[in-house]
Amino acid sequence: MPDVQTLVNEFVNQLKKRKIEGSQATAKLTAELLRSVISQQRVPHTNQATALIIAVRAVGEQLIAANPVELAVGNIVRRVLHIIREEDLSLATAAMAGLGVSAASDDEDDVERDENSALSAAAVAAAARSTLRPPSLQTLLEDTSESAVAPHTSSSGGESDGRSRSVEKGSRSRKLKHDVIEAVNELIQDICTCYEQIAEQAVEHIHHNEVILTLGSSKTVLEFLYAAKEKQRSFKVFVAEGAPRYQGHILAKELAARGLQTTIITDSAVFAMISRVNMVIVGAHAVMSNGGVIAPVGLNMVALAAQRHAVPFVVLAGSHKLCPLYPHNPEVLLNELRSPSELLDFGEFSDCMDSANGTGSLHVVNPTFDYVPPKLVSLFITDTGGHNPSYMYRLIADYYSADDLVVKRRPTTVSCV
Amino acid sequence: MDPSRRAPRAAIDPVPKFRQVGFFAPPERSQSGPPDPTHSSPPISSSLSPVMIPPPRHLSDNLLLHARPTVSPLRPDSSTAAATAGTSFDAADFFPALPSPAPSSSYSSRISGEGGFFNGGARGSGAKVAASSFPRGGFDLTAMKASVVPASELTTVSVVNDSLGIPEKEKGNKGGGSSVEVKDQSNSSKQQKPKTSKAERRALQEAQRAAKAAAKAEGNKASGTAASVNAKSAKAVKPAQKVDNAAVAASEKKGAEIPPEKDRKKDAPQPRMQYDDKSRVEKAKRRAVVKQTEARNRVELFRHLPQYEHGSQLPDLEARFFHLSPVHPAVYKVGLQYLTGDISGANARCIAMLQAFQEAIKDYKVPLEKTLVRDLTAKVSSYVSFLIECRPLSISMGNAIRFLKSRIAKLPLTLSESEAKASLQSDIVRFISEKIILANKVIVKHAVTKIRDGDVLLTYGSSSAVEMILLHAHELGRQFRVVVVDSRPKHRGQLLLRRLVEKGLSCTYTHINAVSYIMHEVTRVFLGASSVLSNGTVYSRVGTACVAMVAHAFRVPVIVCCEAYKFHERVQLDSICSNELGSPDKRACNCKRIWERTALPYTGVTIPRITKPPKMTIKMPKELTRSASLE
Repeated sequence: MPDVQTLVNEFVNQLKKRKIEGSQATAKLTAELLRSVISQQRVPHTNQATALIIAVRAVGEQLIAANPVELAVGNIVRRVLHIIREEDLSLATAAMAGLGVSAASDDEDDVERDENSALSAAAVAAAARSTLRPPSLQTLLEDTSESAVAPHTSSSGGESDGRSRSVEKGSRSRKLKHDVIEAVNELIQDICTCYEQIAEQAVEHIHHNEVILTLGSSKTVLEFLYAAKEKQRSFKVFVAEGAPRYQGHILAKELAARGLQTTIITDSAVFAMISRVNMVIVGAHAVMSNGGVIAPVGLNMVALAAQRHAVPFVVLAGSHKLCPLYPHNPEVLLNELRSPSELLDFGEFSDCMDSANGTGSLHVVNPTFDYVPPKLVSLFITDTGGHNPSYMYRLIADYYSADDLVVKRRPTTVSCV
Repeated sequence: MDPSRRAPRAAIDPVPKFRQVGFFAPPERSQSGPPDPTHSSPPISSSLSPVMIPPPRHLSDNLLLHARPTVSPLRPDSSTAAATAGTSFDAADFFPALPSPAPSSSYSSRISGEGGFFNGGARGSGAKVAASSFPRGGFDLTAMKASVVPASELTTVSVVNDSLGIPEKEKGNKGGGSSVEVKDQSNSSKQQKPKTSKAERRALQEAQRAAKAAAKAEGNKASGTAASVNAKSAKAVKPAQKVDNAAVAASEKKGAEIPPEKDRKKDAPQPRMQYDDKSRVEKAKRRAVVKQTEARNRVELFRHLPQYEHGSQLPDLEARFFHLSPVHPAVYKVGLQYLTGDISGANARCIAMLQAFQEAIKDYKVPLEKTLVRDLTAKVSSYVSFLIECRPLSISMGNAIRFLKSRIAKLPLTLSESEAKASLQSDIVRFISEKIILANKVIVKHAVTKIRDGDVLLTYGSSSAVEMILLHAHELGRQFRVVVVDSRPKHRGQLLLRRLVEKGLSCTYTHINAVSYIMHEVTRVFLGASSVLSNGTVYSRVGTACVAMVAHAFRVPVIVCCEAYKFHERVQLDSICSNELGSPDKRACNCKRIWERTALPYTGVTIPRITKPPKMTIKMPKELTRSASLE
């Protein structure tokens, strides 16, 4: 166990020192850490799921406290918790199905009967799932039979129902852990490849001779634009440089290297240019439940300008950026002030910055994030497709269970913030 | 007084939204000079007159005019106007941006561009006449005449109008908060009053002279009949001292002193140089003093704007110093300073240029067999084109040049060379002190009244006017905090910050992206402007629009400080129409021009339709909503 603890501590340290940047990297590392936590966790014979949940929560709490602004950490912790719950549930239903089958086979060896009972067990599982997840368009369209088949094929609980009859409890506990780890692996995979799925949709949104504006640097945006270019769409890209870190330069360099027509503009020229822009495409730091976006600083301004000129404002976000929390005063509470050295050179104003000697004190404000309210966002493009801001809460409900929204055990303190 | 004013306004309600668009100023201005007593009833009509009185273009109008004196001033006026509105004119003619239908030849071209100003002037004079006695009215008329000369902006700005539009509008839009601003406006107008009158009195004399000549010319023309009729009616009307009549008279006079066809054509603003027009660019190149290398990566969107490699002119200029004989050294020096960016800011550039011209005029000698007026004009033009090559002119400079040229053109032939030079020099000095320095003082004086204890003021970049306001408020002992927002192309905010901090103001410094973070705490935004265009657009340093937009989103009042001499009659819908492109910055050079880079250090800010600039300072809180409702 100390092994895991050192890992956790190391990661916490990195988070505290803000060594890890970008929500994707953070999400991936968090998921990997939690995976090792789970794999090292010794599970008792009964209530394995609870044991796992408690362990993950304990670690998750530390991680979230280490960098409360990096919402991706909390997202991943919650998703892992959700995975544990789901796997546990599907195992339980499978077991129930097995029980039912064994009872039936005791009575008579009728295959059809067997099938029926398995089906009913699957229906129970589906029902259980639907309590876990609110109904969605997918479940509406899918027939009950399909949803009944789903556990058979996709979830590990389903495919094992034949065997589960003979499986003892010990192996079942190993089974849960195994399943959870599998699912977490899938999650990591998802995080790594989410931009591919997002980029696939580029062709639907970017057309010939369009002018796209973006701000700052985002891998997702880069891939998105490149995907459109690969599909023989010719368009121009304006990159606002994104003071004070000027990450737009990096993005522009990369885009130009890939052969896109790229122009850098200063952030202040955004309003001037936006009248010639067809679409604003940006990445996000996190997407909140209400459809609001926590984004690199400056985006609120861009969004306002886009709204003023009725230019669509499109936010690209992988599913790991979807945060199940509702923001309260996010500009202040979900923000971080960085060093003034990014704005003023060292020593330039240092005599004035000393607030001790009274008069003429100088403050330098250098926030990291902006909050873009949902009414300014036209469209979210996630790996599951395009969504309206008002739909985000629903989409987010797919990934998290309501029990985990508050990670901290004491519900008196609001989580995360 | 207020209710009485409001009532007629309601009567003419179909127009009101539109009315806001033009140049308006509060009627309280009229109170400043003369006392109020006469004011009680006339203001009603004064507020009516701008919309109701048809410009004297057609005979039908003239008939109308004749009819008017006999009727009582207010109601009949509006009724007749209403009756004739469909046929002889429409109210739209009064507004600057709209092209006038103007069937009669002599008025046609003028009205569209400056008609708004003129009518505004008419309005203003109406108000003034109402308040004061006859001579005042005459004075105002001439103020309008002055706007015929190139210095038109200068005078048109001083146009007086009613503030009625403001309170109503603002109430409609945002309820309580507006009242402060409105009051302020009236205050401001009061304060400004004496200053304008001085300036205008001078203009008046000039203009009267011009008017006489013009009237003569007009009388000889075929259309002279109409004009004379108008004049007669005007004469008849004046003694009656009825507001609308006076206003009519005003417009009449204006009509009479419109210069003949040729001059008018010159007066219309020329279309700006479009740099995607190859032949014209070639021509310009041949004339060019400075060789500029074109940017290798030209951005398609900015084809119509000059795109040159930056930094290439300087060595070229230096090398050819001795070949540039026609350029006076003082002008040359200023040009180089523009080029290197040592002098920047509309006021500083304008003053530097004028001083250089002054110097040049001092050293000027009329060549043999040439007249001073012609040769000096050509000289100044060549200087100007040199300066343009160093850096495109700001609008303030353009206006100053127009002023100077008109002065030169108007020099009486009887003056000797030395006298003419002396008069020109004193004109320049006066322009600097009155239009720039004094105007700044006035701005400061009443902008300070808008700073209260505990305010958090946000400013963007470095505006000289705003800086003076802040410092003055600090001297007055107001307790406030300043947020200086800066952006990259030039980091001018740092200079301002340094100066403010040294004076002991408590400041917060941030970059433009963080403006929506800081805007929560801000109570007021002060912005400088390079120019205010006639559709109400404020033209200012790039990024100003962003700040104004965010302020609007956070419901923070925005106050733009702009001297009247920077106003311009041009219209522009967005920043790309006309702009100056800056150099792609060194900072992005870690990858050698792989991609096209552009920075726009000087961008038009389109904040469409700020209603009415009252004289010097323009308040435009909520102008965005207002414009939204207009559009």
